[in-house]
Amino acid sequence: MGQDVVDAALEQMECVYARPDTLTDTRFHYCPGCGHSVVHRVIMEVVQEAGIREQTIGVAPVGCSVFAYNYMDVDMQEAAHGRASAVATGIKRVLPDRFVFSYQGDGDLAAIGTAETIHTCNRGENILMVFVNNAIYGMTGGQMAPTTLLGMKTSTSPAGRTVETAGFPLKITEMVAMLPGTYYVTRQSVHTPNAVRQLKKAITKSFQYQKERKGTCFIEVVSNCPSGWKMTPVQSNAWLVENMFPLYPPGDIKAPK
Amino acid sequence: MNDFRLMKGNEALAEAAISAGCRAYFGYPITPQSEILEYLTDEGRRRGMIVLQAESEVAAINMIYGAAGAGARVMTSSSSPGISLMQEGLSYIASAELPCLVVNVNRGGPGLGTIQPAQGDYFQATKGGGHGDYHLIVLAPSSVQEMAEFVYDGFDLADRYRNPVMILADGALGQMMEKVEFPEYRVEDHVPPKPWATVGKPPERPANIITSLHIQPEKMEQINLRLQEKYRVIESREVRYEAIHTDDAEYLIVAYGLVARIAHKAVEVARAEGIRVGLIRPITLYPFPSGPIRSIAKKVAGVLTVEMNAGQMVEDVRLAVNGKAPVSFYGRMGGVIPAPEEIVRELKTLAAAHPHAQPAETY
Ligand SMILES: Cc1ncc(C[n+]2csc(CCOP(=O)(O)OP(=O)(O)O)c2C)c(N)n1
Ligand code: SF4
Repeated sequence: MGQDVVDAALEQMECVYARPDTLTDTRFHYCPGCGHSVVHRVIMEVVQEAGIREQTIGVAPVGCSVFAYNYMDVDMQEAAHGRASAVATGIKRVLPDRFVFSYQGDGDLAAIGTAETIHTCNRGENILMVFVNNAIYGMTGGQMAPTTLLGMKTSTSPAGRTVETAGFPLKITEMVAMLPGTYYVTRQSVHTPNAVRQLKKAITKSFQYQKERKGTCFIEVVSNCPSGWKMTPVQSNAWLVENMFPLYPPGDIKAPK
Repeated sequence: MNDFRLMKGNEALAEAAISAGCRAYFGYPITPQSEILEYLTDEGRRRGMIVLQAESEVAAINMIYGAAGAGARVMTSSSSPGISLMQEGLSYIASAELPCLVVNVNRGGPGLGTIQPAQGDYFQATKGGGHGDYHLIVLAPSSVQEMAEFVYDGFDLADRYRNPVMILADGALGQMMEKVEFPEYRVEDHVPPKPWATVGKPPERPANIITSLHIQPEKMEQINLRLQEKYRVIESREVRYEAIHTDDAEYLIVAYGLVARIAHKAVEVARAEGIRVGLIRPITLYPFPSGPIRSIAKKVAGVLTVEMNAGQMVEDVRLAVNGKAPVSFYGRMGGVIPAPEEIVRELKTLAAAHPHAQPAETY
């Protein structure tokens, strides 16, 4: 079959799925099956569909997603480990009519950046904070995170996390939901197509609320780290449902009426 | 025609920031510079400035990163312990080449130290302070007038070189009151366009990215080489200093900030007693006025460096003098301010040990 035949056939077809313009034509460097790439894509789909690319600025701090700016084709700032929400605050304060989002891992948002997280939410900064919780430090090779489950094995909890040495998994999303500055706090996931659709709705709503200057929107995405967890992608998604969801149940934690 | 106003150094600095078109200020209270945050919260906000009291200096410097990266003229201020907390952020800012002004109203350390004036942060300010190879441009005022003036200069230098600028002032300069005159300054003539800023990507340009991450060693080396090239340009163009009575000097004192004023007094006293001594006051601590110090050092019998620390700038003085004359040091620490008589005494000790007739080669 010649190329012209293929082109002609393609022209007849309806496009049901394409890379949004807001994603660069670059292959993700993430491990196969990693949730990061799906979350990137969903955020960029929303930015594209809402037509807000020219007003959007993203902040990605240190973590596996530090290179988010290689994929998200919007203006972006890379932040120091833990400081994404402070950087986002600085941007939003001087550009209050732009859409600003941060994209942080659990180590970043719930350990080293806890103070910034709490105070950004408490000030009710008009930004979207996307929090990818994979219960582990992916980038540095699978160490224990503040969200690591009790009994979960990581390179710094080789026999499984214990309360005696490391305390409890931190439910920071429930904590920020208590703060009057947050407007919309939800926990989502990307382990099934339906979950991805739900996440997309949550992100769309968050940008709408940001436009209406309602306060901080905070979306936790319960995600996986097949490499750090030492599982196949399929195993990791099953493990996530079985082990992560009981402690981190999906659904809205604080939603406007 | 501008009027003189009687103001505290911190307030003069804050007032200058407003009229220099500083769009946003992020800071955290600490003595002896809280008046800056207070003045800006009141007067700055009234005149349209964005002022945010951050939860920490760590947050403040990262807000500066974000806002500077978004193209705004921005400033933060703190004192020694708070400036220590900002070092990681300053390293990122220097690497990402974001213009901003950082004020350190230096107090005595180490540790929590004292709230009294000191110059113990000289190394931290001039040698980088955080991790990696970088420099801030460091301006050292020695009067309330300069506390104000250097704000305009500082913002302009920051924008010209896309580099963080620090005003390093010892605590006394923040607290003392003097008359100050604010220059005419048209903000529009001074703030350059910032096409690199992240303000939202229009279709006609690629996305702007603010980052300090370059994983490939060759790329990171290129970034470093470019930074070093910029620092060489800054060193060749931006050295500032004041020379007093250096033409006929047989001895030279080097001092900056408040100490330079005390040393100036000591110079007058010593000259009245027949000791021909001159003073060099570095105004830019980085880039350091090595050239001027070297050329005067060749002609004198000895150099005395006076600081309110255990001897920090004296290392740069020694490098500049490079063995051409003996260099001695006198310092007070912990918030103690040296008196002119102490400096005269040190000078006499130096002169006794190194009478002027002695040829330089013997040292
Ligand atoms: C100040 C500082 N401390 C430590 C590190 C090393 N570091 C890089 S990423 C990371 C943890 C990342 O984990 P997380 O935020 O959960 O993101 P993930 O990689 O799992 O997506 C750490 C500790 C750093 N870059 N900076
Ligand atoms: S290490 Fe984990 S979080 Fe990082 S890319 Fe691989 S799977 Fe994803």
